Amino acid sequence: MATQDIIARSATTTPSSSVRHVDEVAKLIDVSKCIGCKACQVACSEWNELRDEVGHNHGTYESPADLSSESWTLMRFAEHEDEAGKLEWLIRKDGCMHCAEPGCLAACPSPGAIVQYANGIVDFNQDHCIGCGYCITGCPFDVPRISQKDNKAYKCTLCSDRVGVGQEPACVKTCPTGAIVFGTKDDMKEHAAERIVDLKSRGYENAGLYDPAGVGGTHVMYVLHHADSPTLYSGLPANPSISPMVQVWKGVAKPLGLLALGATALVGFLHYLRVGRNVVEEDEPVTVGEAETVVHKVDPSVHEFDPKAPR
Amino acid sequence: MKHDIQRYGAGDRTNHWLVALLFILAGLSGLALFHPALFWLTHLFGGGPWTRILHPIMGVAMFVLFAWLVLRFIGHNMIDANDRKWLSQIGDVVNNHEEMLPPVGRYNGGQKLLFWVLLLCMLVLLVTGVVIWREYFSHLFGIELIRLSVLLHALAAFVLIASIIIHVYAGIWVKGSMGAMLTGWVSRGWARKHHAQWYKEQVSKQEQKP
Amino acid sequence: MTNHWTDIKNADLVLIMGGNAAEAHPCGFKWVTEAKAHNNAKLIVVDPRFTRSASVADLYAPIRTGTDIAFLGGLIYYLIENDKYQHEYVRNYTDVSFIVREGYDFEAGFFSGYDEAKRGYPDKSGWGYEIGEDGYAVVDPTLSHPRCVFNLLKKHYSRYTPDMVSSICGTPKAQMLQVWDTIAETSAPGKVMTIMYALGWTQHSTGSQMIRTGAMLQLLLGNMGMPGGGMNALRGHSNIQGLTDLGLLSNLLPGYLTLPSDAEQDYAAYIAKRASKPLRPGQLSYWQNYEKFHVSLMKAWYGKNVSAENNWGYDWLPKLDAPAPGYDVLKVFDMMYQGQVNGYFCQGFNPIASFPNKAKVGAALAKLKYLVIMDPLATETSEFWRNVDEFNAVDTASIQTEVFRLPTSCFAEEDGSLVNSGRWLQWHWKGAEPPGQARTDIAIMSGLYHRLRTMYAQDGGKFPDPILNLDWPYLQPDEPSPEEVAKEYSGKALTDLNDPATGALLVKGGEQLAGFAQLRADGSTASGCWLFCGSWTQQGNQMARRDNADPYGIGQTLGWAWSWPANRRILYNRASADVSGKPWEGLKKPLVFWNGKSWTGADVPDFKADSPPDAGMNPFIMNPEGVARFFAVDKMAEGPFPEHYEPFETPIGRNPLHPDDPRVTSNPAARVFKGDMELFGTAEEFPYAATTYRLTEHFHFWTKHCRLNAIVQPEQFVEISEVLAKQLGIGVGDRVKVSSNRGYIKAVAVVTKRLKPLTVDGKTVHQVGIPLHWGFSGLTRNGYLTNTLTPFVGDANTQTPEFKSFLVNVEKA
Repeated sequence: MATQDIIARSATTTPSSSVRHVDEVAKLIDVSKCIGCKACQVACSEWNELRDEVGHNHGTYESPADLSSESWTLMRFAEHEDEAGKLEWLIRKDGCMHCAEPGCLAACPSPGAIVQYANGIVDFNQDHCIGCGYCITGCPFDVPRISQKDNKAYKCTLCSDRVGVGQEPACVKTCPTGAIVFGTKDDMKEHAAERIVDLKSRGYENAGLYDPAGVGGTHVMYVLHHADSPTLYSGLPANPSISPMVQVWKGVAKPLGLLALGATALVGFLHYLRVGRNVVEEDEPVTVGEAETVVHKVDPSVHEFDPKAPR
Repeated sequence: MKHDIQRYGAGDRTNHWLVALLFILAGLSGLALFHPALFWLTHLFGGGPWTRILHPIMGVAMFVLFAWLVLRFIGHNMIDANDRKWLSQIGDVVNNHEEMLPPVGRYNGGQKLLFWVLLLCMLVLLVTGVVIWREYFSHLFGIELIRLSVLLHALAAFVLIASIIIHVYAGIWVKGSMGAMLTGWVSRGWARKHHAQWYKEQVSKQEQKP
Repeated sequence: MTNHWTDIKNADLVLIMGGNAAEAHPCGFKWVTEAKAHNNAKLIVVDPRFTRSASVADLYAPIRTGTDIAFLGGLIYYLIENDKYQHEYVRNYTDVSFIVREGYDFEAGFFSGYDEAKRGYPDKSGWGYEIGEDGYAVVDPTLSHPRCVFNLLKKHYSRYTPDMVSSICGTPKAQMLQVWDTIAETSAPGKVMTIMYALGWTQHSTGSQMIRTGAMLQLLLGNMGMPGGGMNALRGHSNIQGLTDLGLLSNLLPGYLTLPSDAEQDYAAYIAKRASKPLRPGQLSYWQNYEKFHVSLMKAWYGKNVSAENNWGYDWLPKLDAPAPGYDVLKVFDMMYQGQVNGYFCQGFNPIASFPNKAKVGAALAKLKYLVIMDPLATETSEFWRNVDEFNAVDTASIQTEVFRLPTSCFAEEDGSLVNSGRWLQWHWKGAEPPGQARTDIAIMSGLYHRLRTMYAQDGGKFPDPILNLDWPYLQPDEPSPEEVAKEYSGKALTDLNDPATGALLVKGGEQLAGFAQLRADGSTASGCWLFCGSWTQQGNQMARRDNADPYGIGQTLGWAWSWPANRRILYNRASADVSGKPWEGLKKPLVFWNGKSWTGADVPDFKADSPPDAGMNPFIMNPEGVARFFAVDKMAEGPFPEHYEPFETPIGRNPLHPDDPRVTSNPAARVFKGDMELFGTAEEFPYAATTYRLTEHFHFWTKHCRLNAIVQPEQFVEISEVLAKQLGIGVGDRVKVSSNRGYIKAVAVVTKRLKPLTVDGKTVHQVGIPLHWGFSGLTRNGYLTNTLTPFVGDANTQTPEFKSFLVNVEKA
């Protein structure tokens, strides 16, 4: 029963079923081994039966031009020359990072449209998706995309269907150079550590693991030659976190907002109880000054009869 | 009540109540998407996707109709020294000590403040609403602007709803107010008591009539 | 490949040059990442472009396209001068001590015997060893003789100084020396470099010599026959290795047996010439067995119809009336262009896309009476007559060629074997039924055969014998099964085979043979391709084996599929051990060694198994010398030592090695057809050096018919440097027109830092990169056939076209 593995559920304020313990999984993308062949892109499309448009070349190797509801992963190519003039072609597989603290899930207003499994996979349930796009707003990595066809949000599922039956994601299965590997998060960290030692021995002093703490770590991690400047890799965020604006919006604002509105109504009710209504006494004595004006200056309209006037 | 004074024409009343209706719809649908505890409200609109589809349309309609109200009443809502004095004596207001307050025109300081608050909220809701209207417009804007917009949208909605609660309660509290917006007419006493200055103007205006 | 894909993981250093393995061979490239990750290997990429291979390299050096001989020749001299070569290996396992004949000479760019009128060397008499009175080649183990190969080699490359090489190649000297020094480290006996190359070396007018220079480098470093070493040609099609193995080139017979020439009407002389006797005492000279292979082939083809009496059907073999390599496709298409060809069967080939100068190929096809296309796809060639706007602007009405399209199954729709780059024959099983009316190539060819045979039988003809006498023993004559054909290639005993010494029964008549050692020249064995003999034994289909057990931990997996020859994974593997038969000192894991009684190890020894090291037999048993050749004797068209010649379209207009003689600017022995020389452009008009290549997202002109590939690389583009783009006012994603003297294409500009202007011969040379995959059919956006631009000239030996180096102009479209 997959539902026993759900540890977090969008727009849900009570704990989800989470009695079953499973190891956290992770996909490790070793950028230093990646040759940008796009086999992962094609495998993803094949397994998930996605067919994006045949687009255009926009003057780069990146095709399609961006992630879409029908391209859940994309190789991004960045040419970088360091101060010494050494050229590097940094190729990064972009896609959902499966954050431990997913911004999409936090932002989603529809109960159960986004779930997080105990193994760390963050999955969209399009059946519950209402198409508002709040997940995009919440995502620190700009990953989810709304389909033009059905107005539902889509992104990498980490092949939760494959992982659920003990297989690796399709991209991992197809990667020809072993740049993408999959296993428990602990094993992947261990593997990454070995890779980092190798990279350091090759002169990449700042080689390191990208598992950003700002989102509680991710279940898709990178080995980077330049872990000190992730932005070199086509703008991989250096310190991703759920935007403070989103945190306020989907954090304190929700309960406080409702509380304050309730309180406003309550104050009104109490006022009604304690102070009472403000009623016009028709025989109220005319106050001095103001009353004089009224009395002495006879208003002809007072004597007028308006047939339309309600009686 | 042949001594009554007309406060609102049929057009204004219709408009007001349409805005009110749209406010309730947009507000409920907005609240449905704001807090999980209220997600059930989406059922009022045919489910989540329909709520997502209808909310911005209702919001825009509300704004358009509200804009008409604004044009109609903006002249009456300029805040002056009297209003500021009125507002500074808010304690007397809530305790029904109207006798302590300066004479009030067509609208009191609180109503005028509400007017401007509503206008500001509506503008913010419109602008931010367009920015976060994913289906048609969001692709035109950067993610940071969208994030700011969702927050401001929620904030403006909160202020708007709170203001409307106050507005509604004021209508209940000040007897005759609700009738004014329902029937268009107020009693002379009501006018004299709550809007003395306006009452005077009305009286003098009617004197000038043939 | 002398080695194989998996073996790359044993390398200490990987040199990718003349290829882009990460791009074109991503699956095989995994072994490079293995070598890096688990063998601490370094990767060097030398390429005109900073490629996807370069993106994961430890060292990258740019090079001007077509100048690899200079780069490697300079390195050879650098290694000799700096004493960075594997002395013991070079002295014992190569021909450095052999004395070259007096007639040999190299002067001002020409080797001895040049004939300008014939554009070649009809007289190669000087290109050989001095033969002593004992019939053996004369050697000088002290290497002091001025005409010993070592001294000639040194002298030949002494002109290739670092400055000269840097000036020719445009490689900045510091980068070049860094690469050279890193490569030099593998001259230590136990250190191994592998060279991975592909069409970036093959497709030049000097392509064969480029590859030879690489092989010479590997010999100098002692890297041939070593695990993790060798010369590794990465084949461009999954079964192009099988194509050459089975002799589909017009001058070859299966198993690299050669077709006789017109002058060779005598069978005994034909065999004698090929069954070369050892050139040194105690050597094996394996080609002495040539007749066994030849007779077994003829028995496989003609069965009972051939015997010693009719010279095994020698008269039925065609005799080549054209100089080597005979009727190569360039020549055939030139003949077609001249109107000398009526009909053309085009099987699994898309010449209008894959051949140079599209205009000429298109015009040639239009002169045919009929064209038969056998292909799974609607290729451009099958629609060469269709007007597709600017992409194929032909006048359809004026083309009278009748085109027959016979849809065939593709590899995934049939059983069979593929030979990979590493010479593995891997059996594969049908994954789906062919669609529609598609039929297998075997069925179509069988149908053709039966109809031809019937016509010959009924109507006679000039020479019906080769057709009428063919043996056709298949269960289903209309469509022989792949299993039957595979068994035929492997071979069987026709009668009981007994051990000649003991008389013991070895193989029963009718049984499959265990290997080519069992082949005989007396007609008692049949084998359709001696190299494949043993791939289907009496034990069954060896190609279908899938046991990846690796008992020595060195990746040789002898139980996985089957590798020619004799399931041997690394050729010349005897050379992985020193003269005494012990693995070279420092080698991490032994490959093949002498255990005191026989040769053994992780691989099938490429040697006479019971010949002890002190018997003096040398590792290169296919050469009559027993050793490997630096000096190519008469085997190459343009000389025994590779010499740098410029591409036929050179951006600098002269050969810096021979600046004053335009005759040796480009390869003086390369064939140029009438009319094509005039179509070569000059740097004045077409200033930029262009090169064509593949992208990883596509496979040639096939995958543009596949939606997923089309999505990931949808539209034709060219690559230019940021510097050139700025000069020409071209922005990222602009459309540009790229023209050569033969036509133009238009494409999107990818402006990149990965191409840099180079300083060559004192000038700035810009290079333009032109990927090749687009055309006027398929699911990608329509594009121009890249070969609209390329020159109609080939390598002097193989006639492989010079797709990699030509001149273009670039302008904003």
